Amino acid sequence: MNDMSGKPQYRVVGTRPVRPDGIDKVTGKAVFSADHFVAGMIYGAILRSPHAHARIRSIDVSKAAALPGVQAVVTGADFPTLQSLEVELGEGGGNIVDFSRNCMARDKVYYDGHAVAAVAATTLAIATEALELITVDYEVLPHVTDLAAAMAPDAPILHDKIRTKGLDTPSDKPTNITMRYVKQHGDAAAGLARAKVVARGSFSSAPVHQGYLEPQACTVSYNADGQVLIWASSQGAFMIRTVTAQILNIPIADIRVTPLEIGGGFGGKTVIYLEPVAVLLSKKSGRPVRLAMSRSDVFRATGPAPGTVCDVAIGADENGILTGAEVIFSGSAGAFPGSGTHPAAICSLACYKIPDYYIEGQDVVTNMACTAAYRSPGAPPIIFAVESVIDELANTLGIDPIDFRLRNAVQEGDPSPTGTPFGPIGLKEILEAAKVHQHWSEPLGPNQGRGIAAGYWPNFGGQSTAAVSLTDDGTVIVTTGSPDIGGSRASMAMMAAEVIGLPYENVRAIVADTSSIGYSMLTGGSRTTFATGKAVVEAAEKVVDEMRSRAAQIWGVDGSEVEWIDGEASCTAPGKEARLTIKQIAGKTGMSVKGPISAESTVNPPDPGPGIAVQIVDVEVDPDTGTVTVLRVTALQDVGRAIHPSYVEGQMQGGVVQGIGWALNEGYVFNAKGQLDNAGFLDYRIPVASDLPMISTVMIEVPWPSHPFGVKGVGEAPICPPMGAVANAVSAATGVRMRHLPMSPDRILSDIAAAQ
Amino acid sequence: MSKILVSTTVNGEAQEFACDPSTSLLDALRTELHLTGTKEGCGSGDCGACTVSLDGEMVCSCLVLAAEAEGRSIGTVEGIAEGSALHPLQTRFLEHAALQCGFCTPGFLVAAKSLLEKNPDPDETEIRYWLAGNLCRCTGYDKIVRAVQHAAADLRQERTVA
Amino acid sequence: MTSATYHAPASVAEAVGLLSANPAAKVIAGGTDLIVQTRSGRVKPSAYVDIKRIAGVSGIRAFEGGFAIGAATPCTALLEDAALCAAWPGVIEAANLIGSVQVRNRATMGGNLCNASPAADSVPALIAAGATCVVAGPGGERVVPVSAIPASPGRTSLAPGEFVVEIRLPAQPANASDAYLRAIPRTEMDIAVAGAGVALVMEGGVCKSARVSLGAVAPTVLLVEAAGAALVGTTLDDAALDAMGEAVRAACKPIDDKRGTASYRTHTAAVLARRAALIARDRAGAKA
Repeated sequence: MNDMSGKPQYRVVGTRPVRPDGIDKVTGKAVFSADHFVAGMIYGAILRSPHAHARIRSIDVSKAAALPGVQAVVTGADFPTLQSLEVELGEGGGNIVDFSRNCMARDKVYYDGHAVAAVAATTLAIATEALELITVDYEVLPHVTDLAAAMAPDAPILHDKIRTKGLDTPSDKPTNITMRYVKQHGDAAAGLARAKVVARGSFSSAPVHQGYLEPQACTVSYNADGQVLIWASSQGAFMIRTVTAQILNIPIADIRVTPLEIGGGFGGKTVIYLEPVAVLLSKKSGRPVRLAMSRSDVFRATGPAPGTVCDVAIGADENGILTGAEVIFSGSAGAFPGSGTHPAAICSLACYKIPDYYIEGQDVVTNMACTAAYRSPGAPPIIFAVESVIDELANTLGIDPIDFRLRNAVQEGDPSPTGTPFGPIGLKEILEAAKVHQHWSEPLGPNQGRGIAAGYWPNFGGQSTAAVSLTDDGTVIVTTGSPDIGGSRASMAMMAAEVIGLPYENVRAIVADTSSIGYSMLTGGSRTTFATGKAVVEAAEKVVDEMRSRAAQIWGVDGSEVEWIDGEASCTAPGKEARLTIKQIAGKTGMSVKGPISAESTVNPPDPGPGIAVQIVDVEVDPDTGTVTVLRVTALQDVGRAIHPSYVEGQMQGGVVQGIGWALNEGYVFNAKGQLDNAGFLDYRIPVASDLPMISTVMIEVPWPSHPFGVKGVGEAPICPPMGAVANAVSAATGVRMRHLPMSPDRILSDIAAAQ
Repeated sequence: MSKILVSTTVNGEAQEFACDPSTSLLDALRTELHLTGTKEGCGSGDCGACTVSLDGEMVCSCLVLAAEAEGRSIGTVEGIAEGSALHPLQTRFLEHAALQCGFCTPGFLVAAKSLLEKNPDPDETEIRYWLAGNLCRCTGYDKIVRAVQHAAADLRQERTVA
Repeated sequence: MTSATYHAPASVAEAVGLLSANPAAKVIAGGTDLIVQTRSGRVKPSAYVDIKRIAGVSGIRAFEGGFAIGAATPCTALLEDAALCAAWPGVIEAANLIGSVQVRNRATMGGNLCNASPAADSVPALIAAGATCVVAGPGGERVVPVSAIPASPGRTSLAPGEFVVEIRLPAQPANASDAYLRAIPRTEMDIAVAGAGVALVMEGGVCKSARVSLGAVAPTVLLVEAAGAALVGTTLDDAALDAMGEAVRAACKPIDDKRGTASYRTHTAAVLARRAALIARDRAGAKA
């Protein structure tokens, strides 16, 4: 498969076929979470707290239960009491007790939008009306939504039992700071002292939401024998199964989750909110129950990414070589611990060789919905701060920002954040490509600025199962348990087709329910094409092996005398030259006689290739109104190997644009009562089509050795650079360093005014 | 509470359904007619996932009362293909990978079809402003805009040949 | 559960009868505000009175040298009337900044006016234009300035049983024009953080009359007479524009909210008014 240059030549990998689920999605046939109907289904609705922080004295549901049409009412009292148990879900994790309390409040509500009761009725209108008949007696408590305020000594305390983990001197004082994580190498103070120039700054960012277009929804049918059917869209049907089982004390095998099409997730659908509630409603009513969120529910009650504060100091010598760095940050976790502190710390300085550094991160609970993963969870706002300071250093030293980064960029063999040496990574290749890209030298007009930034995410491997089966006519079915959130069925089919030697069209890929295939971790952490893809390749190789063995039997030769070439068995025994196509093997061996050809493979690769991205952004700032126009974007990334380049580009473009939203206009706004004031797409402003230019992409392929085709996960890294790149561009255009996200027009004008 | 009987034409077919006075056209399409291709992303007219055509003009079906549809003609994503033959917009959306999760796609297709009916040769800016009411969180819009440009060229070509 | 009823009256009198009989009834034209407010629970109408099937309440006609626009005419339909667009480009632009194309295919200027939001885009342009509206009610019809309709955020001066049936734009002299600009963080789909409408009559390069109206900087849309007066008799030179900006800032009484700070609104209103005045002047000049 190698040409003269040594670059592998593939027939299918690297092409751009139409995805297997494509027709369904352009004709309206695809079944998303709220599209699934079950005979006899009734409708659930959830009562949510209007208070940011309150003790629940009592809940009276009697009037609601008496309303004609109401079939079931559920409150926290219906949930089992659980033992503390830490659960790892693949993109973060948490304690099962907290997961349960997040699905339904018990003694306290921790945020505006926290679920306190649920009703199921014959129509949604009746269920909604019944919610108004529920009386909750709240003792409203002082609240804190602001990160800095939550860390203050006199802050309202969310959880009486929390003590800060990871302190040098443990304290028994109740606090909102759940843990402190330190990562250091050498002596940061000495490193900074060695520098000719030290740049430093205090940065902050508002909490943001993943903003997937499809609100969470599920349909659940609880049977009298305790077996549960769940139809839902999420990033992990197996995750839904595990967490629902644990919250409700149901044997895992009694729950069968069918993954429906998922309308975006970006990490936000790696946790669950509705399914355990719907199970209880279905159990009480004896009817299948549909439970769906409104858009306002999504913003108020589901996973924002943390708000952050971050102090950065980085030093360089006169040649622009970094000498030392200090990064001290905190992230708001929302109601329960877990704001991605560890990955944020790991990623913050990962792109650069720095001999002496100190990184300290804190996780802080606040009266906001519990944060969930969002593309490179934890890292992007910290990388924004670091890339802003790197930009300042380059400016101060008068060194081109790409040259500055090139002088300090990590490469293969340098220690990675975990201490082990980096494998083949393409940061230098990306920076070299950026430097010669025509964008970098294009002239700028008045009030315009150009920024560049880099970003790193380690990616994830994890457990996956895949099955490949041959049909009688020689076509092939690939089955995985990894929800397809952006075209992964296409890449699975392509990898199998490549291995087996079939045309893409002869391979069909599906995503199975949790009882039809072995376990797979959720789709997240940029792991699916890497890990599930690896399982698919292994299963496909087993099918090829079996076909070779069948051919050997037919020819009466040893298995070692059969080669698999271009999708055909070829007999290499002297004097017995012969060929058998897949179709012939499938038919001839008579799978009815010899048995079907099918293989499953399970993997748990520990060694994913990291994601590294660099982006160049041009902006124009209206100096009178503070409005920013994004003029041009070039996104470069080391993608390892692009299986389906269009969907790799799509991940890059989508990540860039989410990052532009994060940079300019997105951010949670709380009112004085601690209620979310912008719980809709009108005032939570994600970018619209007219806000943007085309997003140019440059894919650099530095293959990763532990994947058969060299894949590196591509979903996370593209959201790491945009905030830094946009901020560096706005700072260049205005001459004023922007240190707060979002850089809304009023913020930009006030920062400019403050600097004058 | 008495239901209203509404007679409409949906994708060229006569349809009748009963609804409450405050039921939205979106809910009637999805729940009464089981046309679930039209999606609810927000319920407030801010995302465009529920875009349908109403007497030839695109609207957010979440912001139309089902009762208002009496005697009117509605077009949804299910009516864009002619039988098994895809519309050029559908073909180009697939070829350009203009969808990732696909949830916003029905709204984009209805909106883009409306654009090309009114303006066969829109420039990039016109496409972007016309589609500004359709949110997509996956693609960054790049491939959607290209797919619409390509489909527009296809349709102009068809017209020239015809 | 008290469900609303739905009515599609065929005449103004029938609509007035329905509205008079149901104090909590709501007029639905485009429905783009009403349905959102109903769904969020902010309003609970006892009846929807759909005025779109009343003859004459949709469409545009010439009236006294100007235009009479039916209150149920969707914003995008305004773009199809070339004479209207030529005479009052600022009004038409303002109406076509609301929401998305989907929303503007339903939303009306009548609804934008009667929703009584201080940030309504078409209202500053209409007020700058000196528009009036025809109000029908139990006592018959009356004609009032558009500026008399909004009373406070979300409340109008309309009496029970009344609704707006028509908006009238006056005749426009040959050498006159208008413009409307707003500040939003995105390029579309936002509510104005500040808005400014300016209507000018020019003669020989000198401003003969000027009306400046501001949105989203006070509880209702403002007509700032001092800002208009600062332009009259000038060529819109820098000194005149500075004086107008001063008058604009002095008139602003905004609040801090999720969409912007008070100081940003005041500052930006003046910037927008200045830019809109220059656009209106150029348009008037281009006509003459």
